[in-house]
Amino acid sequence: MTAKTFEQVRGIASDLFAIPPDRITAASAPENIESWDSTQHLNFVLALEEKFGFQLSPEEMEQMRNIGEIVKLIDSRLQTTAP
Amino acid sequence: MTSDSKVLDLRKQVDDFIAAGKASQAALRLAELWRKEPGTGTAAFVVSRFEKLRGEIPLLSYRLLLLRSFTVEPAIPSLRAWAFVNGIDLIVQLGDFNAYAQAILDADSSLYRFRPEGVILAVRTADLAPDLWHESADLDPERIGEAVKRVSSSFAQWIRGFRERSQAALIVHNLEQPARPSAGLLDAQSETGQSAAIQRINQQLRRLAGEHRGVYLLDYDGLVARQGRIRWRDERKWLTARMPIAADQLIQLSREWLRFLVPLTGKTAKALVVDLDNTLWGGVIGEDGMQGIKLDPEYPGAAFQALQRVMLDLARRGILLAVCSKNNLEDAMEALESHPGMLLRSKNFAAVRINWNDKSQNLREIAAELNIGIDSLVFMDDNPAEREQVRAALPEVTVIDMPEDPLDYATTLRECPAFERLTLSAEDQQRTSFYVAERERSQAEQSFQSKEDFYRYLEQEAEIAPVLPATLARISQLTQKTNQFNLTTRRYSEPQIAEMAARPEWQVLSLRLRDRFGDHGLVGVAITRDEKEVCEIDTLLLSCRVIGRTVETALLSYLAQAAAARGRQRVWGKFLPTKKNAPAKEFYSQHGFQQPAQPGDGSLWELDLKQHAVPWPGWIKLNKIEGGTK
Repeated sequence: MTAKTFEQVRGIASDLFAIPPDRITAASAPENIESWDSTQHLNFVLALEEKFGFQLSPEEMEQMRNIGEIVKLIDSRLQTTAP
Repeated sequence: MTSDSKVLDLRKQVDDFIAAGKASQAALRLAELWRKEPGTGTAAFVVSRFEKLRGEIPLLSYRLLLLRSFTVEPAIPSLRAWAFVNGIDLIVQLGDFNAYAQAILDADSSLYRFRPEGVILAVRTADLAPDLWHESADLDPERIGEAVKRVSSSFAQWIRGFRERSQAALIVHNLEQPARPSAGLLDAQSETGQSAAIQRINQQLRRLAGEHRGVYLLDYDGLVARQGRIRWRDERKWLTARMPIAADQLIQLSREWLRFLVPLTGKTAKALVVDLDNTLWGGVIGEDGMQGIKLDPEYPGAAFQALQRVMLDLARRGILLAVCSKNNLEDAMEALESHPGMLLRSKNFAAVRINWNDKSQNLREIAAELNIGIDSLVFMDDNPAEREQVRAALPEVTVIDMPEDPLDYATTLRECPAFERLTLSAEDQQRTSFYVAERERSQAEQSFQSKEDFYRYLEQEAEIAPVLPATLARISQLTQKTNQFNLTTRRYSEPQIAEMAARPEWQVLSLRLRDRFGDHGLVGVAITRDEKEVCEIDTLLLSCRVIGRTVETALLSYLAQAAAARGRQRVWGKFLPTKKNAPAKEFYSQHGFQQPAQPGDGSLWELDLKQHAVPWPGWIKLNKIEGGTK
């Protein structure tokens, strides 16, 4: 999990769920963030796609169970798409 | 600083300003953040912070309902962010999935209970005409014709049904074309193919919208084409979340919606003020001279001609143009008047400020000269320092962020939503010439001994008429746009005006003015309502172009006499103060109205028709037009 990606993902989550970035950790998940409902989950996917410039597959969307998993997923996609 | 840390810094500044109670500073930073990084995440931040600023900054609230056949939820935060940045606090409700037809046709549905001011009907071709979308290669011309007829008459039924039940504005998406037609190349060879059928439906929709007041077409097909049909679509999201539009395109849809909300809420600009050097032409006239500046049909001068062409388009839409430039007056005027590459000439500019003063000072003067509010100005300048100075000194001015490359100037100007109009009156198209005539008039005024001499010299002729189909749009427009001489500032849509005019106790009057310098067009509106012995003035307004020459007295005199003729004994009028209508404050006291003895909020004025008359100003000739809808 790279620090840069974590910061970027945390920034988006902070915007969407309206909580300060320092209260978001790798373990943050729909179970412990109240405003992370299914609508916000779709918004989260769209915001990540906008930010990183690739589309996430339905299988990948299912892997997005917490912030740590999301960062891992983005990192692996960034590696495969890097020049 | 990287761009990431810059926008993080902006977020922190916003929160710090909010914590310190500096609301307008926070709003400025939020607008900057939104310009720099529009998107789903930023939208959530911008919306949540603007919600905290409610009551602290001027925001106009607007109720919008979306009827749809697909998932639009993720587009709502960005729509609300665009709206907030434009001074609109949008209250959005979504119709249930694919329940739009029932919602429209049931007068008791949640649609009408929400009491929306605007409604968007967003239906996709694939949902409304699955046969045309999926099976068209299998349909013979007759079946294609039937499908076109079926879809068009559904739209007709919905639009008519909606109008019967609501006065709200209705924005209807037209139908998109497929990226590739089912029949491939054959489709373009046929008059009865898939794309021809969709075109025919869209043509019918255009006609339908034109037949109903307050119904407007959103060219969804044009929007998708502009962005690229292939890039627009996200098949995966459609199949998994019923969201057919790609994440990075969604914001374009909310931006298109915003373009309608700007004219619907009256948040439109009246004038565009432009810089000269490196904006209207390439180079610096004071240094490069007439031969050196770049302005011709070839690269790089073509970029500046393209921008001038957009400005001409805006002028034809009734937008005033003005110049604000730091230059030597003679150098700049020579280029404006006689450079062969100029498409605009000085007669196209309603006001000109070429000097070395502060641009914000010049903008104030331009607004005063044109008699419009500072918030009606849009400012365009290639120099970022000038833009920031204007933003800081005059936050009400809309400042366009010019791109680096002049080839992008024209597109940037066309994209500015403040210039959108949904209706166009004859007055709009001649507006600049009115202002040029006004300049002559004010020169004449200064040469008279008394005001009465000046009024007589003007040879004014007022034509007062009940509302007619041809004047409905202009009357509604005046209620939407008039801020200064407006006693109550009540905004009315065209259907609302039509409804009032149809009732026997209401009178809707318009005033058209001519004088020796020309025709001013329709410039005054009075709306009254009779109840028992009282005639109450609901609305009385006058365009700022003709304030201070006793036309307001004429309009009041006319309506008071008409009220007496209908057997009324008293006229009531209210003055409801706003930030801008100080010019109308003394109107009732100056015309013999008294404040009634009984307690109230102090806004009500009364004229006893048996004791006081409002004499018609003798220097204005009256032309009375009878008839109308009653």
